[in-house]
Amino acid sequence: MDTLHFSIAFEQYLLPDGHLAKPFNSKDFPPERILDAYRIMCLIRSFDQKAIALQRTGKLGTYPSILGQEAIGVAIGHAMQDEDVFAPYYRDIATQYLRGVSLREILLYWGGSEMGSDFEKCRHDFPICVPIATQLGHAAGAAIALKMQASHHAALVTCGEGATSKGDFLETLNLAGAWQLPLVIVVNNNQWAISTPRRIQCGAQSIAQKAIGAGIPGVVVDGNDYFAVYAEVDKALKKARSGKGATLIEAQSYRLGDHTTADDASRYRSDTELEQAWLKEPIKRLKQYIETELNWSAEKELSMQKAIDEQIKKAVDSYLNTPAEPATSMFDHLYERLPDCLSDQYAELQAIELLKRYPNARKFLNDDNHRVGA
Amino acid sequence: MSNTLRTISQNSNDDLTGTSASNSVNLIEAVNMALHRAMLEDQNVVILGEDVGVNGGVFRATDKLRDEFGLKRVMDTPLAETMIAGISVGMAAQGLRPVAEIQFMGFIFPAIEQLVCHAARMRNRTRGRLACPLVIRAPFGGGIHAPEHHSESVEALFAHIPGLNVVIPSSPQRAYGLLLSAIRSNDPVIFLEPKRIYRYSKSDVIDNGLGLPIGKSFVIKPGMDITLITWGAMLVETMEAAQIAEKSGISCEVIDVASISPLDHETLIHSVRKTGRCCIIHEAARHCGVGAEIAATLSEQLFNLLKAPIGRITGYDTVMPYFKNEAYYFPAVEKISAIIHETIAYDHHGQAKKH
Repeated sequence: MDTLHFSIAFEQYLLPDGHLAKPFNSKDFPPERILDAYRIMCLIRSFDQKAIALQRTGKLGTYPSILGQEAIGVAIGHAMQDEDVFAPYYRDIATQYLRGVSLREILLYWGGSEMGSDFEKCRHDFPICVPIATQLGHAAGAAIALKMQASHHAALVTCGEGATSKGDFLETLNLAGAWQLPLVIVVNNNQWAISTPRRIQCGAQSIAQKAIGAGIPGVVVDGNDYFAVYAEVDKALKKARSGKGATLIEAQSYRLGDHTTADDASRYRSDTELEQAWLKEPIKRLKQYIETELNWSAEKELSMQKAIDEQIKKAVDSYLNTPAEPATSMFDHLYERLPDCLSDQYAELQAIELLKRYPNARKFLNDDNHRVGA
Repeated sequence: MSNTLRTISQNSNDDLTGTSASNSVNLIEAVNMALHRAMLEDQNVVILGEDVGVNGGVFRATDKLRDEFGLKRVMDTPLAETMIAGISVGMAAQGLRPVAEIQFMGFIFPAIEQLVCHAARMRNRTRGRLACPLVIRAPFGGGIHAPEHHSESVEALFAHIPGLNVVIPSSPQRAYGLLLSAIRSNDPVIFLEPKRIYRYSKSDVIDNGLGLPIGKSFVIKPGMDITLITWGAMLVETMEAAQIAEKSGISCEVIDVASISPLDHETLIHSVRKTGRCCIIHEAARHCGVGAEIAATLSEQLFNLLKAPIGRITGYDTVMPYFKNEAYYFPAVEKISAIIHETIAYDHHGQAKKH
């Protein structure tokens, strides 16, 4: 055989100072879409701050901030079609929101209720996947299903750069190449896997070049550049939908926040590095762009932020006013039909919950049957 | 104690389900029949795994299916068990009914994260929005003189996981009926095939599409004095021990548990309530084995009615030995016979009588 040559492109349109590195295809970016991208990025950042505040005041469970990764999520959300299948990891609320998952549902999930994954919209999408990289397999399975159903749609999966060290990632990447799957893999390379920096996660120059070993194209984009992420994800989705196979996109970003509310990143990374990263963050540069190109003004900003605050307040109120499901819900969706051997456990829990809510109910219960604690 | 392990080289009439007939099939052929039937009746049923396509599976479970249903529905996968389980979860959640083969149960461990963390939880996690109707088939157990990692019985690992069904057939008819039900089930099923009896015996299996219920145990032989509870390949030795016991006037009721999870408490309790005596026989190691769960359940429910301690005859709590010594690992007929006699002789006032 001949010597083989490979290359990995780096795509960037919007520079950190808000200027364009090169012109983009204006058909891809009508002004309404750019302004919507800006609004959703701001909404998600405000929501993120609110979620952290709720966690700090005991009203939400552990929560992973997406601070700094708004462009990736919004660009993916804009590029996907409803019939595509999304398999998220846990820093994807921007995409989920754009696919119809409500802020209330997102809060319910992080607030400790399974109801948060019973989406009202895009009901075929996968829920948030916690075990790292395992969602890659689900997305590939969805891509196989789409192919078998002769659907001209694609599956899109996201993960962090830490996930690319796992076998799940590599096994799926390999399959995506071998079977020409309609699959787009977006790696949110935010430089940190909890305390593990990118440089010791992987010895390769880029994450995207892992695609080469699988026989699929890989590309690096500036993950803080909405235009670059959108352009590459859109291109990859169109390619996948037309039966031309999978793509790996590495979106280089930076995790400006802690890993989660249970983490303290100051233990392992320097203030200087963080300050440098803030100079490249995605929202400021898009704001500068729309101020220059689309007449964005302080008044418009103010009224947008007011609407965002109201929207978030409404979602938070609705979340806080949503009662927990009955305790017996832990049995209700375990199997399609509850096995007979679990009926005693179900009855016991039902009785315990009834007594907790209505202490006077004891006289109506036969304690011997239900083994209800004192 | 001599070793009376039955291996596939030994021939026998089917003393489990019926007599031989010209169109009779063995267990692995019954698996193939069920797969064929399921693929005929539902376009969403797909088969995947290592060597399942052109080669028809290393045990021939999927023989000829690719010829009939094509390579889109019978998929030879790359060699990656995590991926096989992962894409099965994804396919199942998106409307297909994948039946994945893990070539040997000893290689199922990379798939466990997907099965435990996703297959078992998808319905619950999404409050029923997405289900996971997949089947993982894996040959399990020893007795075929195979290399290391080809002989384990780790059904208890899966039985411990809420949300999974664990099903083990022990005859051609039950392999056919239970596999059909497993594929039609809207929940994940770990379908473990006792490979020692893949070709042990043949019996008539009518390809009529009738499934057998998951979650139900089967009374293989009714009896009055003692209940013998077993599953998988150990049904062979258990039936033989039961027949020997009958000659001594001990009437044995033999139950094939078949559904390791969920367990059919009702059938087990009903039988032991009648006999008052019970032995549990399984090939897997004893410690935290499924036999312990069955014994605990029966003790809780029937303590006052038990005429003797519940006996367990199991594999040893050791690493499965290589095949030179594997026959020592299994519960032999003599060992089962001995515990039947001990349990029958237990006088309830003290120790078991010596015999």
